Amino acid sequence: MRQSQLREHSRILGMGAFRPDVIVTNDDVCQWIESSDEWIRQRTGIVTRHRAGADTSVVDMAEGAALEALEKAGIEASQLGAVIVSTVSHPYATPSAAAALADRLGATPAPAFDISAACAGYCYGIAQGDALVRSGAAEYVLVVGAEKLSDVIDNSERTISFLLGDGAGAVVIGPSDTPGIGPSVWGSDGSKWDVIGMTHSLSDVRELSLAAEAAGSLSAAAAERDEDGKKLWPTLRQDGQSVFRWAVWEMAKVAQRALDEAGVKPEELAAFVPHQANMRIIDEMIKQLKLPESVAVARDIADAGNTSAASIPLATHRLLQENPQLSGGLALQIGFGAGLVFGAQVIVLP
Amino acid sequence: MASNEEILAGLAEIVNEETGLAPEAVELDKSFTDDLDIDSISMMTIVVNAEEKFGVRIPDEEVKNLKTVGDAVDFIANAQA
Ligand SMILES: CC(C)(COP(=O)(O)OP(=O)(O)OC[C@H]1O[C@@H](n2cnc3c(N)ncnc32)[C@H](O)[C@@H]1OP(=O)(O)O)[C@@H](O)C(=O)NCCC(=O)NCCS
Repeated sequence: MRQSQLREHSRILGMGAFRPDVIVTNDDVCQWIESSDEWIRQRTGIVTRHRAGADTSVVDMAEGAALEALEKAGIEASQLGAVIVSTVSHPYATPSAAAALADRLGATPAPAFDISAACAGYCYGIAQGDALVRSGAAEYVLVVGAEKLSDVIDNSERTISFLLGDGAGAVVIGPSDTPGIGPSVWGSDGSKWDVIGMTHSLSDVRELSLAAEAAGSLSAAAAERDEDGKKLWPTLRQDGQSVFRWAVWEMAKVAQRALDEAGVKPEELAAFVPHQANMRIIDEMIKQLKLPESVAVARDIADAGNTSAASIPLATHRLLQENPQLSGGLALQIGFGAGLVFGAQVIVLP
Repeated sequence: MASNEEILAGLAEIVNEETGLAPEAVELDKSFTDDLDIDSISMMTIVVNAEEKFGVRIPDEEVKNLKTVGDAVDFIANAQA
């Protein structure tokens, strides 16, 4: 018997992004919730977020980002040894977004699967892609973070709806002669399962819809809330304070560990790309990590809002577009979100 | 164990770090929001830093009861006791 041949190094070879074209301003948001442009800017740094139209799906956006990533990497879809999509808004429990994406790209029969790790999904995907390439299980791996969060929010939900946007970012990971992806520091804390997530489960939907059907009015049930305040369709909600405290406090430590494990000092970084959840979280992390001013910080959140699994690749893509000289430099990236889950690593920018 | 004066000085330092406010402005009877103009997000950051500095746990649901600097000093002093 033989086992696959290990490889020493992997790196990100190319990157792509897809930004849907409907722009939602803070004033738009204020028609749905009691808030103000000033409040949202001051507490979150968000000015606009993008949304995909009814005819654009998670897989469509993933495809847009993936095509650019493949082209930049100079890799044919047929060379992919795995296709991974991180998402929480692909509206089918099964089959996966990744299987549809692989087929559209022409990567069939590459193994394809989705990762459910919310805003840490992209970093989880990088951890997987890196491991698959170095273990010899695959030569090239496509990792996509794609979200149509507008499908899973209730515009009138004041705890979260104003933060979120849609989009997709993708990378191709492949073999490298030099280190390109540092050790992943990743984990979970399911004791905080409740602080951010869906209002209710699909089993609840079944019960609600059966009850509505029995009462003869499914459409009324879809529009009305039941006594627990649930609409038929589950949407996101959160306890913002708990998430905020966890993010600034625990996540700075995780980011520091990712630096330590990669043997990289803050002053050696070219860029810092935290999950784009809140500008104030980003600012606090910079302070805690004592990042020098020479480190470029991704602040895509101002225009894109929080796009969950897509936020880090979208923000990195933009940073590279606006500062091409960062290419080849080291970036510290960290994702964190519902689960709770987190993932961080230092990478070489493509 | 820190005295109330030490807690106040430590808090003033944290507030100064977060907001740039002069430490002398952080007095016991001052309200965080109304007098010191600290928003709910800065408040969370201050709380997190205070937990670290004073080795106490300030639960999420307690934060909204800490209206004045004095409330925070008392809470920390009790939690340390
Ligand atoms: C969501 C978030 C911006 C809310 O800010 P906050 O300061 O925690 O808000 P609070 O719920 O404490 O409310 C503070 C005040 O703002 C008001 N408020 C809350 N949400 C508001 C909104 N969307 N618009 C306007 N005002 C709002 C509250 O009514 C409250 O007012 P009051 O003091 O007069 O009663 C913040 O908690 C946050 O960003 N958390 C991190 C969440 C995150 O990033 N999640 C995704 C991780 S993947």
